Amino acid sequence: MESKLFAAIPWIIFLPAMGALLAGIFGKRLGDRFAALVATAAVSASFGLTLYAVWLLHGEADPATVYVLDLYTFIETRFLDIQVAFQFDRLSAVMALVVTGISALIHLYSIGYMKGDRSTARYFSHLNMFVFFMLLLVLGKNLLIMFVGWEGVGLSSYLLIGFWYEEMAKARAGKKAFIVNRIGDFGFLIAMMMIVVYNQGSLDFASLQEWASSGASPIMNQTNMTVICLLLFLGAAGKSAQIPLYVWLPDAMAGPTPVSALIHAATMVTAGVYMVARLSFLYVHAPLAMAAVAGIGVLTALFAATIAIAQRDVKKVLAYSTISQLGFMFLAVGSGAFATGIFHLTTHAFFKACLFLGAGSVIHALKGEQDIFKMGGLAGKMRVTHATFLVSTLAIAGIPPLSGFFSKDEVLASAFLGETAFPVLYKFYWAIGLLAAFLTAIYMMRLFWLTFRGTTRLSEETHRGAHESPWTMTIALVILAVGAAVAGFLGIPGENHLLQGWLAPVVGASQPPLVHASPVLHWTLLFASVCAGVAGLTTAWLFYRRGPEGPAARVARQFGWFHRTLTNKFYVDEALGYLLVRPLRRVARFCYEVVDKVLLDLFVVNASARAVRLFGLIPRALHNGNVQNYLLAIVIGLACLWIVL
Amino acid sequence: MIGDIPLYYYLILSFAIFTLGMLGMLVRRNVIIMLMAMELMLNGANLALVAYARFRADEAGQVMAFFVMALAAAEAAVGLALVIAVYRHFKTLNIDRFDTLRG
Repeated sequence: MESKLFAAIPWIIFLPAMGALLAGIFGKRLGDRFAALVATAAVSASFGLTLYAVWLLHGEADPATVYVLDLYTFIETRFLDIQVAFQFDRLSAVMALVVTGISALIHLYSIGYMKGDRSTARYFSHLNMFVFFMLLLVLGKNLLIMFVGWEGVGLSSYLLIGFWYEEMAKARAGKKAFIVNRIGDFGFLIAMMMIVVYNQGSLDFASLQEWASSGASPIMNQTNMTVICLLLFLGAAGKSAQIPLYVWLPDAMAGPTPVSALIHAATMVTAGVYMVARLSFLYVHAPLAMAAVAGIGVLTALFAATIAIAQRDVKKVLAYSTISQLGFMFLAVGSGAFATGIFHLTTHAFFKACLFLGAGSVIHALKGEQDIFKMGGLAGKMRVTHATFLVSTLAIAGIPPLSGFFSKDEVLASAFLGETAFPVLYKFYWAIGLLAAFLTAIYMMRLFWLTFRGTTRLSEETHRGAHESPWTMTIALVILAVGAAVAGFLGIPGENHLLQGWLAPVVGASQPPLVHASPVLHWTLLFASVCAGVAGLTTAWLFYRRGPEGPAARVARQFGWFHRTLTNKFYVDEALGYLLVRPLRRVARFCYEVVDKVLLDLFVVNASARAVRLFGLIPRALHNGNVQNYLLAIVIGLACLWIVL
Repeated sequence: MIGDIPLYYYLILSFAIFTLGMLGMLVRRNVIIMLMAMELMLNGANLALVAYARFRADEAGQVMAFFVMALAAAEAAVGLALVIAVYRHFKTLNIDRFDTLRG
């Protein structure tokens, strides 16, 4: 591995930071247009620089070249040595391209979407801040810089979920996201501390890789490695919304729709997948942790997909769909197919961002209506949105040759064929994943059909008022839809797998030899996943082609209790409220009523105040406010002094 | 002439004036009268200063007296301005009423 100095990395990262500051500080004075332009320009410039860096990296003779830049020493003690340093290797390159590229498009889209909002400048400032922290996360050279970015995107996410903070529910959703993520971050922190202890105070990825590949040292055995990996995965599960920490993501849809598209679908929530891929050299030494990652991933994929089937809010369906797709990514990285996880991450970024922006376009046109049972028949009114949404729906359902087909098939194949420690278990994972893929096709077709096709269920006035969105919004939709259609060709199975080859130097050592599988088996798997997609689409079409009151409603009535459970998201929020939030509230109440009010206020704070007041009574008598008394005291004092002297 | 009168005559007069001023400060309630009494105290001190200066043939005492006069002028200006401000606020010059800051 070769390290080269590359001075442009900080510019990629700090341009959005400058944009955030400019838009945030001068936005109010210079107007919303200025803030929007500055923010969009900053991210676009960052995207341009990333492209340039990728081009340079592509030209390097050694594929394992890493561009690095050490800015300065952050912490230096006898036990700890941490630099503020950045690195740009092939994995970071893919992530940075996805982040800046999708961000630039969503900034553009936001210009149209946020027009007329009172705090447009604040919105763009936060959005730029998010991009800055995300790039810090992706381009950090050690775990701590990554963690700073990790926390930073959490903060930006909190600020943007609660963007319309005047509404209590939205402010609460922001808090929920922040607090649930704390639990995950706790795992991340503990893992970092363990690494600091075992790795002689260094959190550098390069030194970590050396350390992991040097084999087991006396204190660094299999158990410790597994514990570290599981703790790191707890952090990943928080950020990437996996069981049991997924509960914040559906609520996060309270933010503006472009935010949902950018942060809560395309980029930030994939940080966990990126982290596991980045630390692949640790995970390959902990097969148990890998099995846990894949297991949690595939269970989340199935669980979230079942919930998505019964949701009526267009953004909620997409939120659960995101959780489900993130589960697929974890299934891939947990099967040792790290490049496949990143592949699905990339294709998902395209089609999910497109779906969310399409949903935003619909909500925009219907003046805030989000219930798909009240939509329908919008295809003619919004041609561009309809077409792009259809492309993305087919892509996520895994219909060839759209991008989701390639990546999802590869995820499932790597679960089936991956060389793992527990082959039977992974076959089981594959079956669950296939079922989740089938459900994915169902809920996406249901969403698409109820929103755009059939006869309209909108009020006449709203339906007449529905219109296509302005060009800044549709152009983003079109570009993303094209990406959703063709991004799959980055990963044609076999020897010509572009992304696999590109990422091989970074995660290559741990790549399962998919190409060695027999063609017959491979084709069978491929056929199975396409069948799942087509069957799902057809089922949904049969059930929902006459709107929500068709065969679907009959089935829902027949399985009333199950349908209710699904609509209420398996009552997870209620259960958590009962098991966690209520006891915590009681503890807090006890602390307030007894510890704070009685122990502290009565015996410490007020008692000390009373004591001071008691002693104050004596001198108080002297200070009666009569100037002439003071004067007399002075005279007497002087006389005494005189006599004494 | 001046040299014929012994020093302690001046000192007694100076002490008398100073004491009168001090008593005035202590017993009178009107702020303006108190200011006038303070002038008396300053002038009593001044008299002692110039008398000593004369009898000891040391000009420093006289210089000091000039300083006192200059300061007294400034004090009178500021003091009267304060009195006016205070009067506007309390509508009285009785110093016993100015007890808002009492503890």
